Amino acid sequence: MSSASDQDYYVPHGTHWPIIGSVGLTLSVVGFANYLHDTWSLTPTLVGLAILFFMMFGWFGQVINESLSGLYNKQVDLSFRWSMSWFIFSEVMFFGAFFGALFYARMYSIPWLDGASNNDATAQYLWPDFEAAWPLLTVPLAEKYEVAKAFIGPWGLPAINTVILLTSGLTVTFAHWALKKNDTPKLVYWLAATVALGFGFVVLQGYEYVHLYRDLNLRLDSGIYGSTFFMLTGFHGFHVTMGATMLLIIMIRAAKGHFTPENHFAFEGVAWYWHFVDVVWLGLFIFVYWI
Amino acid sequence: MSTEIAHETAHDEHHDHGPAKGLMRWVTTTNHKDIGTLYLWLSFIMLLYGGAMAMVIRLELFQPGLQWVEPHFFNQMTTMHGLVMVFGAIMPAFVGLANWLLPMMIGAPDMALPRMNNWSFWILPFAFAMLASTTFMEGGAPAFGWTFYAPLSTTFAPASTDFFIFAVHLMGISSVMGSINIIATILNMRAPGMTLMKMPLFVWTWLITAYLLIAVMPVLAGAVTMMLTDRHFGTSFFDAAGGGDPVMFQHIFWFFGHPEVYIMILPAFGVISAIIPTFARKPLFGYSSMVYASASIAILSFMVWAHHMFTTGMPVAGELYFMYATILISVPTGVKVFNWVTTMWKGSMTFETPMLFALGFIVMFTIGGFSGLMLGVAPVDTQYHDTYFVVAHFHYVLVTGALYSIIAAFYYWVPKWTGHMYDERLGKIHFWWSTIAVNVLFFPQHFVGLAGMPRRIPDYALQFAEFNQISSIGGFAFGLAQVFFLYIVIKTIRGGEKATDRVWEGATGLEFEQLPSPPPYHSFNEPPPVK
Repeated sequence: MSSASDQDYYVPHGTHWPIIGSVGLTLSVVGFANYLHDTWSLTPTLVGLAILFFMMFGWFGQVINESLSGLYNKQVDLSFRWSMSWFIFSEVMFFGAFFGALFYARMYSIPWLDGASNNDATAQYLWPDFEAAWPLLTVPLAEKYEVAKAFIGPWGLPAINTVILLTSGLTVTFAHWALKKNDTPKLVYWLAATVALGFGFVVLQGYEYVHLYRDLNLRLDSGIYGSTFFMLTGFHGFHVTMGATMLLIIMIRAAKGHFTPENHFAFEGVAWYWHFVDVVWLGLFIFVYWI
Repeated sequence: MSTEIAHETAHDEHHDHGPAKGLMRWVTTTNHKDIGTLYLWLSFIMLLYGGAMAMVIRLELFQPGLQWVEPHFFNQMTTMHGLVMVFGAIMPAFVGLANWLLPMMIGAPDMALPRMNNWSFWILPFAFAMLASTTFMEGGAPAFGWTFYAPLSTTFAPASTDFFIFAVHLMGISSVMGSINIIATILNMRAPGMTLMKMPLFVWTWLITAYLLIAVMPVLAGAVTMMLTDRHFGTSFFDAAGGGDPVMFQHIFWFFGHPEVYIMILPAFGVISAIIPTFARKPLFGYSSMVYASASIAILSFMVWAHHMFTTGMPVAGELYFMYATILISVPTGVKVFNWVTTMWKGSMTFETPMLFALGFIVMFTIGGFSGLMLGVAPVDTQYHDTYFVVAHFHYVLVTGALYSIIAAFYYWVPKWTGHMYDERLGKIHFWWSTIAVNVLFFPQHFVGLAGMPRRIPDYALQFAEFNQISSIGGFAFGLAQVFFLYIVIKTIRGGEKATDRVWEGATGLEFEQLPSPPPYHSFNEPPPVK
């Protein structure tokens, strides 16, 4: 049997985790839709999310146990690698939609509202007072939106955050080098540094949000600038939080000695994910904060 | 074969090889054949559900004036019919075929990630239950068309729209997970010797389709997320008053939507490329050009989206670019059609039911392709846009295209899956009944469309009455034909003449050459030899 498991592709038989996940997922979104309509409290959503976390804990736990007991051969490992790569590609496309909205607003909708191209009548009769600008503080119909007082430039907190994330990309690589040398203390040390930098980024980003909302009145409902700014940085911040949490779990697993220099896909998958959120941030820094 | 069976029994002592019993077998299964069956049944249920809504539409349009339903309910029917057919009937059917066939075609023991495979399916019943439930909510189901353009879907939409948004999110999660699984399976699970350029075309087209799905489903998720925040959190993506633009919604939607139409047709090309050579008893003509044509179609599909928006408002340079890029797609598509025809040239042809549906596909899909060329020409699209001509066009490519290929695939592979031959006489009746009905249904819509009848309207001017009546009669007949198909499906599963392992005289591929009919619950625990 053990010799067979070295050769055969491991095909699991029967699993109850997916149906639990479906119930959790459905409850959380149905709950949230009802919460938006003021028909339910937020409790069903939170219960749904709790079920979802329970599912992930159980499912990933099962996979980890199977991995540790040697059921996975090299081919299974490669399936995981392909899957993680394509998952990250799907995330790239998700961010692509929001970057597309940002570029469209800057290049087309805002100039057109001010009469560019052949839209003179739009500007003249609909929004005579509107002037195209970026970052856009005023909006065509100011009374419908919360108008921002100012925006923040790239060279304060955002630059510090850029340094933090780029550094964390280095530290996770140092962790990988330590892992390849089978140096567990160093691996855990560099992972801890990466996790700290990741959560540090999130804390600074939260501080920036408070500043923007309280002092500058730049909000999600401040027109298209606020919309694109908060949706892009918000989804990015959420992904950083997820990535840092995954790194934390990997750190705990590393401390338990789950990884060997030859066999550590879980570490690499999370490291790829971490580099992905890093690269998205560079795009944000350039196109949202800087130019 | 005997060594393989001996191997099976040797392993039985260690593994649980047969399926579990009862309902939980289907809920907890990780077997690609079980999951394929689940997908196919879900798709059939959705076909009948979406079809029932189409019957309501055709009933209302049987005469001018308002006869049976309120205009608002009519709009709900057209919207839900489109959403259910696209996301519920066509897409899951192809995923079901992929689940059943890919591992058998490439010599793999199962899909690469069997547990995730289960989840990809089991999200869908929940998503479609959510979508269907909107019909019973206050304000009714979404009524803005399956394309859910802002501001109809934001400012002016019913409350149930939020359930629709989350249903789309769930479908997206399911599609992306399913596609990741398919790509990992094709790239990593092929038997030794099964090189990329030896793969059956169905495998190739699904590899490319899965890539398209992973690329565009997240964009759709982004679009509905922006809708959600515009509706509830004060963002202004699609609101000019805040600096956004409703037209931006259309750009994002069609960046998803155009690759989506190729998602629904590329696997069909794969099916037809398997069936035509079998019944022409000749190898497929131009295999490698078929692969390259599929890839070209996939790449071009990302660059043509605004041809759905010629009348929405776009700089002339944009119209010209999107027109030429669109017309360019006819080149690789033409390569495919010519290759199928050339495969049949001087072949020893027989006309069993799968072949009939495949031939029906080639003729009628090409009619849909030609009307697509007409629509792709920007200056004349101004006349055709949002008329019944568009409805006729995409029903020719989706019903007599995608759906016909799915039905052809059923007749072609069901003897392999169940071990039972379907009733050839009933299959032929199904083909001729469907084909006559579907042309009575959709062909007149070209004429009323060119004459100016708008789509998505419950009432129409008197001069369109005759063609609409003819169309409705065809519609009812076509609907009934698919209930008859349900009878054939159930009859075939329950029994029938025993199928041979090869099933068809000219069939090739691992599933016909290396596996019995029906195949064992777990096929290819050991990789098969590949010639």
